[in-house]
Amino acid sequence: MSVEYIGLKEISGPLVILEGVKDASSEEMVEIQVEGEKRLGRIIEIRGGLCVVQVFEGTDGLSLTNTRTRLTGRPLEIPLSLEILGRTLNGIGQPIDGFGGIFPERRRDVNGHAINPVARRYPRNYIQTGISSIDGLTTLIRGQKLPIFSGSGIPHNQLAVQIVRQAKISGEENQNFAVVFAAMGVKHDVAEFFKTSFRRSGVLDRVLMFLNLANDPVVERIVTPRAALTAAEYLAFEHHMHVLVILTDMTSYAEALREISSSKGEIPSRKGYPGYLYSDLASIYERAGMLDDREGSITQIPILTMPNDDITHPVPDLTGYITEGQVVLERTLSQKGIYPPVSVLPSLSRLMKDGIGEGYTREDHPQVANQLFSSYARVQEVRALASVIGEDELSDLDKQYMEFGQSFESEFLQQSIDEERDIEHTLDLGWMLLGLLPREELDRVSDDILNKYYHDNDSEGGGLQSWT
Amino acid sequence: MIKNTQGMIYGINGPVIRVRGNNRLKMLEMVLVGDEKLIGEVIRVDRDEAIVQVYESTAGLKPGEPVISTGKPLSVMLGPGIIGNIFDGIQRPLVKIREKSGEFIRRGMSVTQLELDRKWPVKMLVKAGDRVEPGTKIAEVQETEVVKHFVLVPPDIRGEVIDVAKDGEYTLCQPILKIQCGPSEKEVTMVQEWPVRKPRPYRSRLELNKPLVTGQRVIDTLFPIAKGGAAAIPGGFGTGKTMTQHQLAKWSNADIIVYVGCGERGNEITEVLEDFPKLIDPRNNQSLMKRTVLIANTSNMPVAAREASIYTGITLAEFYRDMGYDVAVMADSTSRWAEALREISGRLEEMPAEEGFPAYLPSRLSEFYERAGMVENLNDTKGSISIIGAVSPQGGDFSEPVTQNTKRFIRCFWALDKQLAYTRHYPAINWASSYSEYFEDCQDWYREKTDGTFSTKRAELLRILQEESKLLEIVKLIGSDILPDEQKLVLEIAKVIRLGFLQQNAYHENDTYVPVMKQLKMMETILELYAGAKRLVQRSIPVSVIRKTGILDEVIRMKYTLDNEHLSGFDRLVDKIHETLDQIGRDYQVRERKGLE
Repeated sequence: MSVEYIGLKEISGPLVILEGVKDASSEEMVEIQVEGEKRLGRIIEIRGGLCVVQVFEGTDGLSLTNTRTRLTGRPLEIPLSLEILGRTLNGIGQPIDGFGGIFPERRRDVNGHAINPVARRYPRNYIQTGISSIDGLTTLIRGQKLPIFSGSGIPHNQLAVQIVRQAKISGEENQNFAVVFAAMGVKHDVAEFFKTSFRRSGVLDRVLMFLNLANDPVVERIVTPRAALTAAEYLAFEHHMHVLVILTDMTSYAEALREISSSKGEIPSRKGYPGYLYSDLASIYERAGMLDDREGSITQIPILTMPNDDITHPVPDLTGYITEGQVVLERTLSQKGIYPPVSVLPSLSRLMKDGIGEGYTREDHPQVANQLFSSYARVQEVRALASVIGEDELSDLDKQYMEFGQSFESEFLQQSIDEERDIEHTLDLGWMLLGLLPREELDRVSDDILNKYYHDNDSEGGGLQSWT
Repeated sequence: MIKNTQGMIYGINGPVIRVRGNNRLKMLEMVLVGDEKLIGEVIRVDRDEAIVQVYESTAGLKPGEPVISTGKPLSVMLGPGIIGNIFDGIQRPLVKIREKSGEFIRRGMSVTQLELDRKWPVKMLVKAGDRVEPGTKIAEVQETEVVKHFVLVPPDIRGEVIDVAKDGEYTLCQPILKIQCGPSEKEVTMVQEWPVRKPRPYRSRLELNKPLVTGQRVIDTLFPIAKGGAAAIPGGFGTGKTMTQHQLAKWSNADIIVYVGCGERGNEITEVLEDFPKLIDPRNNQSLMKRTVLIANTSNMPVAAREASIYTGITLAEFYRDMGYDVAVMADSTSRWAEALREISGRLEEMPAEEGFPAYLPSRLSEFYERAGMVENLNDTKGSISIIGAVSPQGGDFSEPVTQNTKRFIRCFWALDKQLAYTRHYPAINWASSYSEYFEDCQDWYREKTDGTFSTKRAELLRILQEESKLLEIVKLIGSDILPDEQKLVLEIAKVIRLGFLQQNAYHENDTYVPVMKQLKMMETILELYAGAKRLVQRSIPVSVIRKTGILDEVIRMKYTLDNEHLSGFDRLVDKIHETLDQIGRDYQVRERKGLE
């Protein structure tokens, strides 16, 4: 068991190759002693007696002769107990907050297992975030994976914190929740921002943090989201908690994957990312959901920065194919000073159809949302036209659309970082805006709903005023 | 022949393992890998080494563990018990896996594909002395309330029946027939095995002349798929591929639906599992699940099994086709399957072609799509397989290899459009870039089933839409106010077509499925409105006057307000259109006269 292998055959980036190894198993952990320091590595490929090992702490200082390597006989596991809540761990689940080790109730393989589709429960409970653009138009459902597509310099972190602070399920007690926060390659001050915000809102003792900061080793970054989700699964499915998992920044994660893939010499596909990027991302995102035989849920909010704000970049693109919708943030809105700068049209929540409307939010919700999307899409066309022929030349109807668009952004999207609007308020606000348009234009709403909720703004003497 | 010879694991790289010590391994043979007996398939054979792709996670495998050869290719088990079931990519029932391993799928689960000890009521269709050929129906079993399952003679047996079991209840393994097959006697049970990568035999291909009616207007009317045809639905994320596939699985008039969830979301499968049993098939008042089989290999399940899931699905489909059924296969998504090919190919260090995909991508795609078709079976029945494959192009860019190669092997293309999806126009099938070559093939059917005017009306509808897109180019530059009223009317009518006809609400009871006759009536009504309004506009009555009457909105809403079966509402609506337009005409005449006076 405790055979030690002295020396290495080859070192390449974060990978080392061992020679003459007996009894190694795929994905097994190894311990590497180098000049009194202990590092961890994982076997990723075996060919006869040769083993390719990725080293979590990096390969600096390693030579072909100064190492002693020992196989541990186990896959990468993290220790788990209820006491992990409130702790801060590094990317592979070792405590870094100075409060000592974790006394484990159990240890779990970070790779997890796929949930059997027949054992899933279809998510239907909507989570009220108090943010109009999300609650009204891209409703978050418990057990959903809803990423935020952002760019550098756009306040996605603030938005994530606001969601954590305000998220609640109507009519339920909020005692049984936990937040698992995984930072991958983010800057130190960003991690600090999250920590401070959690402390201020008094939830810090229900938060478990996994930090792999921008200067931490890349190989560790590959494990970070998996370790975080393993902890989340433990809390959700063994202790029946409702866990909100925030993963930031998935782009750094994907870049780490690319780095390792290229040092393994694999054949790249698009933009140098490995061909298995989709499967790899899916093995993370698909670990959200609920089981049909027990309480507890995992809701994921991954955050990713789109390089060059390009939504067709492989990382946001493949993410969008796996997750159940996306909240897209837009730079131009952000520059106009609108917070949260949610770009409504490309944003989508795939699960909202089954979690809103009568019995969930309010009967008019699906139709209002649909109408707002459709009318706001028309606004974009009118704006494009106005930029060609000038605003003055627009027809009266088009001018009404311009006004609608303006108010939509400044009244509906815009809200302050500590403002919490309940769903009734959000929907009423939607009707106020639709009141700016003539009734014939509202082609996505049925007559019954129109009769009940539609008010022509002119007849009320500028109804919007009351909301400002 | 030596059976069950052993080799041993030499190298492991993700799902790909290298095996040494057994040079009798055959290409595409199924092997059992390691102490846990994981299922794998031989994908390359060298002089001293064979490469095996493993259908489960390989974590923890060690070099030196045994690899047992089974001597047969990866096969599915065909017999009663398939319909209504849900399998993983290599036909293991997920419910059984759950019973064994709990909520999470562990590996090394050996479960039989079908329930071998369940008894089925069997009614024999042959008697002693009959001569049977491969494919002959020898017995029938009521598999579900909807599906009558026929037991067929396996493709390698023919001869004279010498003994027949009595009608009664039998398990899958009990022989129900004895056949004198050449010099030897063969016993036939209800179950047979078939390798997934080999198409099942049929007698001949027939021409395609009937549409697969889906109840979706934009599909049935504008871009129909024929029974036995192949269609692709490409679209970026969020454009509604899965939604469209679900709609087709729910409402199309196939006898059997095989839904392959290949590398997609777990929750989508759960949704099907929750929805389908509750949904009632309008044609027989039974639950839709009773004609559906699900193959679910979600994106986080092993990648090699994802590659196999498509073949498993199509083989099950062929089995039911052989019984004389019309089967529709939904493959969601073929891109994930292509990516699985790419991943395996990358690990084999093969020379990549475009975007890292292997050079054999087109040939694999064509092999798959060519298994669609309307055929005459060996037993003289007619059956068909229609394939509807979703494609998920990277970045929504249709020029990528999977979309482009798929286009060569299908004849019906439903292009999903991001802009339409942004405005929540569903199904977001773009009428300008989609096409179907099957409409021509099915012309006779449309002529017979409707009053013969279907294709002219369809052409008129397409013409208006095309004119709209031309006019919109102008509107983008100068605004719609400048257009003459006749062109404004085209825009208004095109809007009625888009909102009232092309857009279809999957969540509306009345609108989720629309019979072809109603589709025709709707077209008729819109064109009637257009013709009437055009006459007014030609008398220089402004379009805004017509708009103000609300008649356009009423036509848009006809999809919700008018019944699907009793179409008399349309006559009343057309009458109302005439009344309204006539009234405008008369008012205008009066005003004109007054103006003259």
